[in-house]
Amino acid sequence: MARRITTTRRITVTAGGWLAGFIIFFPILWMVLTSFKTELDAFSTPPQFLFFHWTTENYAIVQHRSDYIHHAMNSIILAVGSTVLGLAVGIPAAWAMAFAPTKRTRSTLLWMLSTKMMPPVGVLVPIYLIFRDTGLLDTHGGLIFVEFMANLPIIVWMLYTYFKEIPKDILEAARMDGATVGKELVYVLTPMAIPGIASTVLLNIILAWNEAFWTLNLTTVKAAPLTVFIASYSSPEGLFWAKLSAASTLAIAPIMVLGWFSQKQLVRGLTFGAVK
Amino acid sequence: MATQQTTTLGRILSAPSIILLFLWMIVPLAMTIWFSLLRYNLLDPGQESFIGLLNYRYFLTDPAFFTALANTLILVGAVLVITVVGGVLLALLMDQPILGRGIVRLMVIAPFFVMPTVSALVWKNLLMHPVSGLFAWIATLIGVQPIDWFTNVPLFSIILIVAWQWLPFATLILLTALQSMDEEQKEAAEMDGTPALSFFIYMTLPHLARAITVVILIETIFLLSVFAEIFVTTGGGPGLQTTNIAFLVYAQALLQYDVGGASAGGIVAVILANIVAIFLVRLIGKNLDA
Repeated sequence: MARRITTTRRITVTAGGWLAGFIIFFPILWMVLTSFKTELDAFSTPPQFLFFHWTTENYAIVQHRSDYIHHAMNSIILAVGSTVLGLAVGIPAAWAMAFAPTKRTRSTLLWMLSTKMMPPVGVLVPIYLIFRDTGLLDTHGGLIFVEFMANLPIIVWMLYTYFKEIPKDILEAARMDGATVGKELVYVLTPMAIPGIASTVLLNIILAWNEAFWTLNLTTVKAAPLTVFIASYSSPEGLFWAKLSAASTLAIAPIMVLGWFSQKQLVRGLTFGAVK
Repeated sequence: MATQQTTTLGRILSAPSIILLFLWMIVPLAMTIWFSLLRYNLLDPGQESFIGLLNYRYFLTDPAFFTALANTLILVGAVLVITVVGGVLLALLMDQPILGRGIVRLMVIAPFFVMPTVSALVWKNLLMHPVSGLFAWIATLIGVQPIDWFTNVPLFSIILIVAWQWLPFATLILLTALQSMDEEQKEAAEMDGTPALSFFIYMTLPHLARAITVVILIETIFLLSVFAEIFVTTGGGPGLQTTNIAFLVYAQALLQYDVGGASAGGIVAVILANIVAIFLVRLIGKNLDA
């Protein structure tokens, strides 16, 4: 950075940057503030910004009354379940495509990508009917499978772009030393692949946690994750803003933290490696 | 370099992914196509009969279809314009020597991690409520009559919410692309006294062209299927004013139980998405060789 940066410029861009950031972040901030208000303060005009009666009762009520824990557990089961399945099937595939590519690897990868582009609404009817007839509606297993399939192309792609960056010479060397494919996988590849796998896990958890088409259409109560739980606040009788805010804050907090850690990898995962 | 042994192993290892995805894609899609050719209503079980392309004729000549198609295109187009233009401007700003840039960056990308049902309800109630919402208060502050967002401008309200969710995505990707620009080029331009605007037009924009294309294509894929935001705020209304193709198909299938008609609509949605997908796959495929 040899460029000369004047103080005026620094001040201007800093002010502009913080203002833009504040405006974009504001709805989330407002939601968090509202979650600490009483219902009365939440509705008041003019709005109360900081000097209201701070309370944590909404969090207590949300925990107790509306089965928040039950839905949060469902979200965790769904996110972890679909990620584990995705890795179990995706790692071998990505490994094969990166280290033993054939003439067809390229078209296979692109075909996988194309499956992700099918709008879910195009297969809603049959999936719904299959689920209804096999008793999979509102079950963990059914929903995990759907999310697993929905995200598998992204998992394979992301792992593939990471695996491809592992130098092949290392494998050659290991092979010369007489390592078997199994040993190669455990002692050489895995340690080098862990950062890529970790990013893939993060992205997949974020996507599964926030997915709201299949969860809204295929679950009602038993297996319903937080997306569905929050949607239940849209009914007129459910309009308690402070409680809605508390439930929403709890629902997005864990993913927000994960997301902030994985910004860089996110770009790569979501653009299928087209922008790094 | 791959030996016969590794090639075989590679096939075995990638088989589960390929088989599962193939089944996931082909079985429901084949069923959708088959249903779309039937008269099939869930309220009338056992009465299915083959009616050829009649469902398509009904669906495609239904005024609701054109309204939904128009809404879909307006929604996608408006969100794309807002997020791409806003994203470029924000990315340029974030690339500046801002004090506390890391924190500003976190604030800017935060909306992307908010689940759709949360962002829709927070906007609808806390911000856009005609009486107690924050926007109504701001309107009275500046002496304007507050509007009832979801009654007066329902589609625009949805556009705002969805654009807020996708602006961080565009910004993040464009910023990543911007940061790969040659630092020396910028320096040289600055020394030569190149005006900032012409540097932007002749150097920055061409450099960002690829990233912008990626943003447009990927966002389009997701925006064609916007559902949860409509589901929890307007339910497609008032009337059909916020019904897009995805919501129309959902309503046809799960609210009116018309499996045949909904399936025909689903196939139309697949075809629309495919038109975009072809371009995206080609673009990413090109990158794969490099």
